[in-house]
Parts: sequence; structure tokens; C-alpha cells
Amino acid sequence: MESIGVLMMCPMNSYLEHQLETRFNLHRIWTVPHKTHFLNLHSGSIRAIVGNATAGADRELIDSLPALEIVSSFSVGLDKVDLEYCKEKGIRVTNTPDVLTDDVADLAIGLTLTTLRKICECDRYVRSGLWKKGDFKLTTKFSGKKVGIIGLGRIGTAIAKRAEAFNCPISYYSRSKKPESNYKYFPSVVELASDCDILVVACPLTEETRHIINREVIDALGPTGYLINIGRGPHIDEPELVSALVEGRIAGAGLDVFENEPHVPEELFKLDNVVLLPHVGSGTVETRNEMADLVVGNLEAYFNKKPLLTPVV
Amino acid sequence: MKSMGVLITYPMSTYLQHQLHNRFTLFRLWDLPNKFNDEVGSIQAVVGSTHVGADRQLIDSLPALEIVSSFSIGLDKVDLDYCKQRGIRVTNTPDVLTDDVADLAIGLILATLRRICESDRYVRNGLWKQNDFKLTMKFSGKKVGIVGLGRIGTAIAKRAESFNCSISYHSRSKKPELKYKYFPNIIELASNSEILVVACSLTDETHHIINREVIDALGPKGVLINIGRGQHVDEPELVAALVEGRLGGAGLDVFENEPDVPEELFRLDNVVVVPHIGSSTVETETDMADLVVRNLEAHFSKKPLLTPVV
Repeated sequence: MESIGVLMMCPMNSYLEHQLETRFNLHRIWTVPHKTHFLNLHSGSIRAIVGNATAGADRELIDSLPALEIVSSFSVGLDKVDLEYCKEKGIRVTNTPDVLTDDVADLAIGLTLTTLRKICECDRYVRSGLWKKGDFKLTTKFSGKKVGIIGLGRIGTAIAKRAEAFNCPISYYSRSKKPESNYKYFPSVVELASDCDILVVACPLTEETRHIINREVIDALGPTGYLINIGRGPHIDEPELVSALVEGRIAGAGLDVFENEPHVPEELFKLDNVVLLPHVGSGTVETRNEMADLVVGNLEAYFNKKPLLTPVV
Repeated sequence: MKSMGVLITYPMSTYLQHQLHNRFTLFRLWDLPNKFNDEVGSIQAVVGSTHVGADRQLIDSLPALEIVSSFSIGLDKVDLDYCKQRGIRVTNTPDVLTDDVADLAIGLILATLRRICESDRYVRNGLWKQNDFKLTMKFSGKKVGIVGLGRIGTAIAKRAESFNCSISYHSRSKKPELKYKYFPNIIELASNSEILVVACSLTDETHHIINREVIDALGPKGVLINIGRGQHVDEPELVAALVEGRLGGAGLDVFENEPDVPEELFRLDNVVVVPHIGSSTVETETDMADLVVRNLEAHFSKKPLLTPVV
């Protein structure tokens, strides 16, 4: 299979790169000085793209690769892939569901605990010697708080299961009600936000869910409410969130994703009621290896004319 | 009851002081001029905390002392034997703080394994613009070993189970009603765990229960979480193990000599250090304070104590 050209969209994982280059002819697009020249040379042999949450396959790229047959994303989110266009052109698309569910759900709970209990602030407090001057202030209890989840897919369900162990009542908003679920369903995000203490974004990013967290939702969540985002930055109207946090109109936020990564609004750096993480949702050694194996597994299946492992298109 | 004299040993809670002041004649130990003026004869109750409790010396200096009501669940700062001897009642604050402490144990596990505090620093220092953060350790599915399966240990186990962790424990006695795996000695527990959580009470037997041998058994990939008491851990051994890489990481809420924390730990990115905040939420402080007050009121009304230990 070494003549099969695979285009990798950005440096995402060295183990994955290694696995790909031992099997295929791997092109790393970020090392290419002149894209047009590169495409002229190689576009005829590039049959697969490996993308991730940062860079995928938009219409322009798809059009520039006439031999493209499959896009295998090193992520579960496919907002950076033009799925409609792939469907139209008969291009297969795979992602990495399930293997990262636990890690992302763990991080959602981790963000909730570190935000409400100000664990990072406390760690800074000790390291800077302030404990010698006085005890840290009181924070907010997590157990028993009402957790509202937007999107009750694999990740949303895993978050709910964990939050239940903390005696949290769970409610959710989803495109459609899940009758098999015991959790309380709200038909709108604003109603969900009004009702809950901690609002967690866990749905895919689509045109409908872009800025699903807007001023109205933020106001409904209110000055005692917390927002946790382990979805995508564009789920939230970021300037609105920033001003709400700076003005104290919501109690705090735990954010793993931002509208324009790796840029994070610097007004947030002054606040002690936010936790800001560099998109580490699935960033453990164990999970990234499993994701890489799934990407490679899907490509191998495809080129061996076997059924794809985790197809979306 | 306004004539009842109550001595509070440390300014641990403004809300508590307020509640006590409204009901009793409140003396503040840190304000008492040269200790031991005439008023001391009227002090019938001591409200202690994890900072300052009621040792033999204090008890002997208060001839009218009838009850010690601790604003904590741990009673290592109260001379329980002496209280028993002198017929002095002792209460603590169990149950109301169980959830908060268990929550913090899980919070420390996640913060330590997933490097949450370090990655928050990474973002705030602008480093994300240069590179992605390194890969960390998964929590779900790991083997969690709990030392002490009381209220708090059980609450930690329940939470860890929802992360698909297998739970094992070491305790003074096996708990047959629980389905977790029991290890009769702590070295075996440590050898079989990836995350070891200290959740037992501090007694003479559990002093330095985490020693060099246990740390070695836990090993270079193991993580120690302490939400018990600093004295549960041989701190210099722990620090050396972390600095030398013989232990994978640690999440610590308590230290041998609070508020002093060994500064060698500050250079390490695989430790999370927090200032004894296990039960320090607004909600729980209120519940704990209310319980202290209700115990005192019950005692002075000759009613049964709510949460007596002695």
C-alpha cells in the first residue's frame, strides 16, 4: 500500500504519523512550502486525508484532490469536514467515536470540579506561599447540584453517568427526546439553562448548534450558574461569555475549547472562576494511541476493500 | 443559654462565630489576653477545629468544661482518652462533609492525572500558541485502592466506580457487605493499585501509614491522593520519591505541618497541592456550623447529642 498517498493535515500525533508512514506514502501538508506546487505534483496520488479537530477537509481541499476517496478524522467531531460534499462526491468519512468517550467525560467532570472547587487557584495559592498568610476562601459544592447536558450522545451519557455518582440530578436538551433515558428532557436550551446549576455542552458542532450558547442562554444560566464546554469553541458566542464572566453575570466556566484556538481571550486570565485548558479532552497517551489505531484501521480496511470500522459517510 | 461560656479555638468560620455569638457568651482563644483570667471559670464548651483542638493542657485549664464540639470530622487534635476520663462529651461533624471531601478526592485525582492545573497554567502563560500540551494519563478504568472504607472512603468508591474503576481497599476490618476487593495489608493494596487514596482517620496506628515501603509498592506509575491528615504520610519520604521519580504523582490536600508545604514539590508538575480545603465550601461550612451549634444546644438542654463520639 506504500504507493497510496495519504495527506495529513497538521501535526497531531507522532505515533499516528509513524503508523501511517510505514504503511502509506505520507505527506505532511504543514511541511510543504508551496501548496500549489505540492498539489500539482501529488494530487493525483493522494487518495486519503487524515484530519483532526483543527484541520479537516473543506470543499476547496476536496476539489484540489481529484483522487481523494476517504477522509479519516483523528477526532469524533467532524465539523471541519464538509460532510455534505463528501457524500455528494462519494468520498467515505470515518471518525474516532467510543475510544475517546471516557477521557472526554472524565475531563468534563474534572473541569466541573476544578472550576467549582477552584482547585487550580488553590494550587497556585499554595505554591505562591499565600497559605502561610491565611486560609483559602470557601468555594462551591458540586455534589447534588443540578447538571444540564446539551447533547445526550455517547459523551453526554458518559458525563451523566459520572455526575449521577455525585448525586446530581440530570436533565438534558437534545434534538430529540430519548424515551429510554430516565433523565429530565427540556425542549429548549434556555429552559435547560434556567433549571440547572451546571450546564455542559456535549453535542456535535453543526450549523444548528453554532452559538447554541448565546446571550439568552447565558442570562438564563445566571449568576449562580456554571458553564462547562468540552464540545467545540463555536458552540459558544465567546465575546458574550467573556463579558458575562467579567461582569459576574454567570458564576464561572470550565473551558477546553475556544472559538479561535489556540487563542484564548486574555480577559479570562485575570479571573479565578474559570479553568482554561488547551483542548485536551482526549489527550491521554492511552486514548490517542487507540484513536490512531482506529484511523489506521479504517484506512487499511478501506484499501483492502473491507467494511469500514467507524464510518460516518 | 446566653450565660453559657463557649471558647472557640481558631477563626475557622465567620458564620460559625456569628451563630455561637448569638446564642452563647463567646470567647475567642486567639483574643484572650494572656490566657486565663477569671472568665475561664465560666467556659463550659470548647469549639475546636483541625487547626487547634482540645489537648490535655487546654482541658486542664478549663475547670467547668463539659463538652468539646469539633468543627471537623477528624478528632486527632482532641485528647479523646482524657475527655473520656474526665467525663467530657465530644462531638464532631460527620456526614455533612462526606460529599465535599469525596468530591475533592476525585477532583485531585483528575487534576493530577490529567494535569489540569498545569495545562491551565500553560494556557495562561501563552504556551498553547507555540505547541499543544503533552499527553497525560487516563483516569477511567484505573485500579483505585482506598485506605479506610468509612463514610468518606465509601463515597469516594461510589464516585470512582462511575469512572469504571475497579475498587479495592484496606481497612482495620473487612466489610463483607461491600463488593470491593479487600487487602489485609496496605503494601498489597498499594502493589495492586494505580491510584492510592488515603481516607482513614488519624490514630496512633495510622500515623505514617504511607511510608517508604508503601510508596515503593505503589511505584513510578502510581499516584497517591491524600484527603486524610498530613501525618498519614511520611512526608520527607514522599517528597524524595516524587523528586526522584519513584512515584508517578500526588494530589495532596493535607500536610504534616500545615500551612507549611515542602517547597521541593513546587517545582514538580505531577503534583497538585491544595490548602486543606476538603470541606471548605459555603454549603458544607454552614451545615458543619449548624451541627456544632445544635450539638451544643442539645447538651445544654440536656437532650441527646446529635453526633457524639465520646
